[in-house]
Amino acid sequence: MSDAYTRQLNDDLLRPLLQTSWRFYLLVAVLGSIVATGLGTWAWQMWNGFGVTGINNPIFWAFYITNFVFWIGISHAGTLISAILRLVNAGWRRPVTRCAEVITAFALMIGALFPIIHLGRPWLFFWLMPYPSERLIWPNFRSPLVWDFFAITTYLTGSVLFLVLPMIPDFALVRDKTTGWRHRVYGALALGWTGTPKQWHRLESAMSIMAIAIIPVAVSVHTIVSFDFSMAPVPMWHSTMFGPYFVAGAIFSGIAGLIIAMAALRKFLHLEAYLHPLHFQNLGKLLLLMSLLWAYFVFAERLTIWYGNEPSEIAVMNVTQRGSFAPLYWTMVVCNFVIPFTILSIRKLRTITGCVIASFGVLIGMWLERFLIVVPSLGHKYLPYSWGVYRPRPVEIMITISTFAAMTLLYVLFSKLVPIISIWEMKAGQHPAHASSEAVAHDAVLGETRA
Amino acid sequence: MSAVYALYPDGVSAQRAVNSLKAAGLGEDAITVVTGEPLEHYQFFETDKSTWMWYIASFGGLVGLAFATWLTRMTELAWPLNTGNMPIVAWWPNLIIMFEMTMLFAILASVLTLLITAGLPGRRGAIYDPQVMDGKILVGVANPRDAAAIERALAVAGAAEVIKK
Repeated sequence: MSDAYTRQLNDDLLRPLLQTSWRFYLLVAVLGSIVATGLGTWAWQMWNGFGVTGINNPIFWAFYITNFVFWIGISHAGTLISAILRLVNAGWRRPVTRCAEVITAFALMIGALFPIIHLGRPWLFFWLMPYPSERLIWPNFRSPLVWDFFAITTYLTGSVLFLVLPMIPDFALVRDKTTGWRHRVYGALALGWTGTPKQWHRLESAMSIMAIAIIPVAVSVHTIVSFDFSMAPVPMWHSTMFGPYFVAGAIFSGIAGLIIAMAALRKFLHLEAYLHPLHFQNLGKLLLLMSLLWAYFVFAERLTIWYGNEPSEIAVMNVTQRGSFAPLYWTMVVCNFVIPFTILSIRKLRTITGCVIASFGVLIGMWLERFLIVVPSLGHKYLPYSWGVYRPRPVEIMITISTFAAMTLLYVLFSKLVPIISIWEMKAGQHPAHASSEAVAHDAVLGETRA
Repeated sequence: MSAVYALYPDGVSAQRAVNSLKAAGLGEDAITVVTGEPLEHYQFFETDKSTWMWYIASFGGLVGLAFATWLTRMTELAWPLNTGNMPIVAWWPNLIIMFEMTMLFAILASVLTLLITAGLPGRRGAIYDPQVMDGKILVGVANPRDAAAIERALAVAGAAEVIKK
């Protein structure tokens, strides 16, 4: 690998850290204002109580739990995809992995916030933790909410470490390329990294172990989120297929989120030389596959319910497909299947723009899917006298909007502080192409030495 | 701490420098190589490859499994609460906690092993040059007994400049 290429790589990928335009401050100010409004709204909800939301008997789960499931699903973009690509040693993963892993960390943090918002009295959230209280009361391990706590904690810890460890060599690079306060801060973050073979081998071993460990954890997280529903005797929830159905949906929405994030980074940070159309095409194919899988799960679920003809389940099915939720249901089908299938199955349309349009469709569709799992079932339980309706109030809508702003804000700040593409992995990726010629030279050197 | 090192533009010349130092009588442990990225295709990168990390991670996982088994069972028996006619010690739900703790402890064990064995956090030694981040490969010796011989060996391998600290 030439020194010129290395310098070019360093310059291109460190530019966002070292140069700041006024647009960055404007974007941070706008997003920060929305997030601050969201936090203020949450404080207002805490002060006034849950009566300010649209949540009421019998629909106790609505926007907040929809958002919880949606964001945990988005989190499957990163660590899971990155770990799989790392294990199969896919060369094209190198510019993608960090962009993806960041989504996991932030989406999980935002997703995990929603059960806390939903508690009403969030300051008591520590009751989920197994701490030795003076009354010797422990969490009930038979409650799916406690499973969520353990699964999300494990996945968040693993994902953050999976993200941070490969950042250490890049922190060392920033340390060596900067002066003043940046040099000191990145020097501390680099933990004294130099780049000896021992350090590289240990880092790669740790990444391999974590990649193997994090895949089943990622699958377990969304399976456990699905258990929140399927463990309850509620029509259309009590299903054995909810685990794989939720995992497939999570990966589906996660890939869509990743494509949108990558397209934004490519455009605004001018990373055209690193995030190629090929990356979008490969992710577009994955998105198409997941769209087909999603359609298969929906068909299998609906057919089984329709064939079983159990009155309470048919009532929920009818209200979603033909009743008051029908506009949302058919929008979901169009967004999750018709649009991605049409765009992504035609090679000419599988461009960056095409992938982004399909991904926006999938994000809208998957949010609607979560909403349609939560609300119609709760509103149409077994006995018609207990049926109810739900209308979201401005509090819930504002908090929902602010989480999208929070995700964008965190992503923007991260890409300002850390190279969003792993520089050392990009450099390492240049070697296999030269391996054969270098191996010949290498043999010659060894020959010289032996002689 | 004193050091003698040189920077090389590619893996081939770095390998030549390592071979030259070995020919001068230095053992593998005495030679320091620093690179800006992993260079899997060279002999000098093969050092320190073996690790117990996989075993330590597995052991960490077993500790997590044992801890979760103890935690769930102990707490369920400490406050026996009948929930939906499930047994007090309900193994099906407990398996979820046991699985998560196994994985968490395995991950933490591998990260701790990485930090300890790679010397992180630590101070950068005398043998370091920021130019490695521009693609150069550093080959050198810390606390050399015969600095002149090492300088010669590094120069023979094609170093443009040998640096003494």
